[in-house]
Amino acid sequence: MELNPPLVTGGMTYADVTEKVAAITEQAPPKQWYVALGISMLLAGVLFASLGYLVTTGIGVWGNNSPVGWGWDITNFVWWIGIGHAGTLISAILFLFRQRWRTSINRAAEAMTLFAVACAGIYPLFHTGRPWRAAYWLFPMPNEALNMWQNFRSPLMWDVFAVSTYATVSALFWYVGLIPDLATLRDRAKTRIRQVIFGVMSFGWRGGARQWRHYELAYLLLAGLSTPLVLSVHSIVSFDFATSVIPGWHTTIFPPYFVAGAIFSGFAMVVTLMVTARYVYNLQNLITIKHLENMCKVMLATGMMVGFAYGTEFFIAWYSANPYERYAFVNRAFGPYWWAYWSMILCNVISPQFFWFKRFRTSIPVMFVLSIFINIGMWFERFVIIATSLHRDFLPSSWGYFSPTIIDISTFVGTMGLFMTLFLLFLRFLPAIAISEVKGVLHQQINEQKGVAH
Amino acid sequence: MATLDRILDRLPLPGFLKPAVTGAHYGVIGDFDTPEDLLRAIRTARTAGYTKLEAYTPFPIHGIDEALGEGRSPLGKIVIVCGLTGLTLAVLLQWWTGAVDYPLVIAGKPLFAFEPSVPIMFELSVLLSAFGAVLGMLALNKLPQYYHPAFNFTKWAGATNDRFLLAIEATDPKFDAAEAVAFLDAAGSRHSELVEA
Repeated sequence: MELNPPLVTGGMTYADVTEKVAAITEQAPPKQWYVALGISMLLAGVLFASLGYLVTTGIGVWGNNSPVGWGWDITNFVWWIGIGHAGTLISAILFLFRQRWRTSINRAAEAMTLFAVACAGIYPLFHTGRPWRAAYWLFPMPNEALNMWQNFRSPLMWDVFAVSTYATVSALFWYVGLIPDLATLRDRAKTRIRQVIFGVMSFGWRGGARQWRHYELAYLLLAGLSTPLVLSVHSIVSFDFATSVIPGWHTTIFPPYFVAGAIFSGFAMVVTLMVTARYVYNLQNLITIKHLENMCKVMLATGMMVGFAYGTEFFIAWYSANPYERYAFVNRAFGPYWWAYWSMILCNVISPQFFWFKRFRTSIPVMFVLSIFINIGMWFERFVIIATSLHRDFLPSSWGYFSPTIIDISTFVGTMGLFMTLFLLFLRFLPAIAISEVKGVLHQQINEQKGVAH
Repeated sequence: MATLDRILDRLPLPGFLKPAVTGAHYGVIGDFDTPEDLLRAIRTARTAGYTKLEAYTPFPIHGIDEALGEGRSPLGKIVIVCGLTGLTLAVLLQWWTGAVDYPLVIAGKPLFAFEPSVPIMFELSVLLSAFGAVLGMLALNKLPQYYHPAFNFTKWAGATNDRFLLAIEATDPKFDAAEAVAFLDAAGSRHSELVEA
């Protein structure tokens, strides 16, 4: 057994790496790409129609009611934000830990982060009902309409700052990583228009040793800044719930539990997307089975953390001897939402157990199916936390039930369309694999092989 | 296409046009096969007394700063200043809006306290630090800069693909075009040429 199997296989040279990645952006895409883009754009159209209907009618078009004041909107918000977390984990945390296998998946994962955060942002923005006024409701912007300031002691304000900082820093990090590769595309350009577009986008990057010196430090600093940032974002999202007094929400376990769940669902989404892109664009030598296996291991580990958190929650509910807390959890598993709870357990706790076996970790169809299961499971987790904790208020007279409306469903499906549209455009027009970083890994690999030969 | 070219050439981008100098030279550029060959050439050139050197590579190469005699990038200092600015702004923002300009008692909580201010203090520090890191990097690298004489090297495209270039700049006191070409060829360059400014 090889301890460190090569991360770039098939005897590729530096020029092969450039060719393989850059060619995707230079040639006409495969037929499947047009089909996928067509479907995605159609769904994105459904999103815009749903949002247009919501804005012209009111947020009553969603199924939110009293007592379930937060329904699918916040569920989807937390789900999308969580998916984004894997991108930052791969680009920042694995970079600091010198995990070289991250290099061929980080670019696409970072793009996924940006698009997932964009989808997430739609929900709180449109939950205000009047998104054009959201700027001065959400941000400390002096204005004539309200003449007051936000309450910064509220976790909802922390959330605004956390999510908008996260979106901005992720975009900066992603773009800085793109600069050298955009310069590569510029120098390969066959037409003047491509040369100018990539020339402008790459800021005239030359790859001079003095430029790399500042660039590498900037990249390291951004990784160092993004690491605590990504941990803070889902912690702060969890504060929206944890700082309330609702049984089922008011728990200190939420921040780490949410972060683990975010990484779990994010890796599942990365696997879903990378397995597909790797197949369509023939990237088997760059995104090797080793990369995919490592991601399966991360899913196994974070899946176990999430499972452990489910157990801890139940234990603490019992141990607290608080009847409301105990009721909230028994109701969660055996109340009207039992189906959601057990779907969550099946998808999040049972399904990743297959990854204990190397046979399943290295099987593309198995990991593809399981990654979809995990995505579904993590959506159910957020739904379970939100809906089951709210639907039975302290007084039985104010008990209720949440059912989504058709607009809830079309908005959610629509965000998937928007996400896929953006991701497909990214795959088509920008280098989906970090060319310069893969070459750095290849250089190290060549030297190691030489060292063995001596 | 000709019209498009004219429009593109008139874009008001920094340094997009080639400056109208003729006869001036940027220096001599040599083209090496591997990072190791490049590092060896840099060390030989420094020993030979050349001081104005620049390498162009498709990926960062470990040890090249030491070979070129470059110290640590000052970017860290820029970032810490930006980060502390963000921290201060966050404290001032939350204190002034909540306790001075619009004091409103909510749930009997103090108008300003550090504990609930920590998340936004952290987020704004990170936000401004990240902008400091990116804009600082661009400023230190003098980017955007769309025209640079190194692009005139006939085999420039290799610098962002699989070749490792070394330039001996014309500003070097020891610079002599013919000598520099001969020197780079002897150091293992596959193609060395005098490049226009």
